[in-house]
Amino acid sequence: MTTKSQELLNWIDERFPLTSTWKAHLSEYYAPKNFNFWYFFGSLALLVLVLQIVTGIFLVMHYKPDASLNASGIPVAFASVEYIMREVPGGWLIRYLHSTGASAFFVVVYLHMFRGLLYGSYRKPRELIWIFGTLIFLALMAEAFMGYLLPWGQMSFWGAQVIVNLFSAIPVIGPDLSLVIRGDFVVSDATLNRFFSFHVIAVPLVLIGLVLAHIVALHEVGSNNPDGVEIKKKKDANGIPLDGIPFHPYYSVKDIVGVVGFLIFFSAIVFFAPEGGGYFLEYNNFIPADPLKTPLHIAPVWYFTPFYSVLRAITYPLFGIDAKFWGVVGMGASVVVIAFLPWLDRSPVKSIRYKGGLFKAILAVFIVAFFILGYLGVLPPTPGRTLVAQICSVIYFGFFLAMPWYSKLDKCKPEPERVTFK
Amino acid sequence: MSVDQKMDSGRRQLLVATSAAGGVAVVATAVPFVASLTPSERAKAAGAPVEADISKLSPGEMMTVEWRGKPVWILRRTPEMLASLEKTDASVSDPESDKPMQPDYAKNKHRSINPEYLVTVGICTHLGCSPSDKFKVGAESGMGEDWAGGFLCPCHGSKFDLAGRVYSSMPAPDNLEIPPYKFLADTTILIGDDAKA
Repeated sequence: MTTKSQELLNWIDERFPLTSTWKAHLSEYYAPKNFNFWYFFGSLALLVLVLQIVTGIFLVMHYKPDASLNASGIPVAFASVEYIMREVPGGWLIRYLHSTGASAFFVVVYLHMFRGLLYGSYRKPRELIWIFGTLIFLALMAEAFMGYLLPWGQMSFWGAQVIVNLFSAIPVIGPDLSLVIRGDFVVSDATLNRFFSFHVIAVPLVLIGLVLAHIVALHEVGSNNPDGVEIKKKKDANGIPLDGIPFHPYYSVKDIVGVVGFLIFFSAIVFFAPEGGGYFLEYNNFIPADPLKTPLHIAPVWYFTPFYSVLRAITYPLFGIDAKFWGVVGMGASVVVIAFLPWLDRSPVKSIRYKGGLFKAILAVFIVAFFILGYLGVLPPTPGRTLVAQICSVIYFGFFLAMPWYSKLDKCKPEPERVTFK
Repeated sequence: MSVDQKMDSGRRQLLVATSAAGGVAVVATAVPFVASLTPSERAKAAGAPVEADISKLSPGEMMTVEWRGKPVWILRRTPEMLASLEKTDASVSDPESDKPMQPDYAKNKHRSINPEYLVTVGICTHLGCSPSDKFKVGAESGMGEDWAGGFLCPCHGSKFDLAGRVYSSMPAPDNLEIPPYKFLADTTILIGDDAKA
């Protein structure tokens, strides 16, 4: 480095922790050397977050959150999305990047969470990372849900109607709560405007804050790895973990490979199947919102369907309160229960590599049940499907709530002293 | 704490009192923000009654009018449709309309003022979707052999009979809501206002 630029760096470092931050989080942040492809999804989630923020900024320049009807009798909000798609130069691409980005976000985040499940990344001392992560997942669901109202199509409208009405199922405060969320007695212009405000300002700020907390907590304790052993236990003379390598340049470069792979898939969808066969953008959402007529078949976007199936599976009243309320409780609990994993897992080992057949079998059943729930969530309900959803909901909760017992019973293999690396 | 480990309790009390007062101020400041989330005066005023002309409605037909942003159905029931209510009596969860989902003048077998005309808010009492009409009976309806005609909510499968009564063990807890209404003339209904002239 030339003296001039070194002087500038020194000048900054005396006033702002630039070099020390760079070192602490990148060039001298030691990550285990045995990361596999599962470890791409954290950085990919960050990439998609940036993508959503950038495309979102440009969409807001043309979008109008207005439910009133224009001269041709089409809601202004719906018409402004069509305008972006047809008349704004490049608008179609920016919009498809944003709408496909929403689905990509969930794909990446689900895989990222599954990685945590496989390798026990939520175990001590990473409980807070996991809790921040669950909160990110919750915030992401809120963000996606409110964003879905903005195009003001039939699915936007009736989806919001159903989800806001969920809150009215809460005893005593429910009806007033849903009134405060909608800002009107029905889903209306007031609802559209406040969802717009939350979608573009409030929730993104919360998300960014949570992502920062997630990363700061991670860098405080250090990353887990596919073997689930702590690399900080074995350090060299300089206090550097023997199995650790600096994040930059090793993982920054490796993650670029992940980015390239991801972008190949992502662009293929954006350019060739942006509607995702009706799963990313649903057919009924190309019809303007009509408060008088619910589409014959309404289903949430794919990433909500497993939880939506849990909601539909609960059909019995309990303790004198309607089934509707318990459905809401079940759906809420199915997300919140994830946060408790660090205390539910009592296995002596973290990683699935050293867990026994019992855990692997139960995990496999859980994954199958989760996919079935997701599949049932896009279908109209029938008594047979409801029964299957009930069985799968029991399996879903059983996986978590019975974990303290079966994770102890499981015959685990001994963990290695150091990470395995070929 | 100070170096000599002695606390100035006077100052500490002042600190606590100031913080408490500040906390009260913060909570009080939240009030207008939360209030701004509740329905505006304009939204509250938008509930004017609407008139519906039913002269063109033939037996077995249904029309939809918008009242307070919600669909209100007016169904002119045929004698067979009215007879079906006897059949569904046993399978609905609130056959006598005991729950307060209707004005008193509609708390009867047919849940209406005039038995022929069902006037009901077409919003499912589960999560607010608008049910679809399934007026055909039997296997032809796709609703099973013993379907007597009624409504099916597409969202979560709740079923209602032709008086808007919900079938037992459905996600929807209550019968469809009957709005306040009155007949202005034989062929005109006013929805949203039932005050006697």
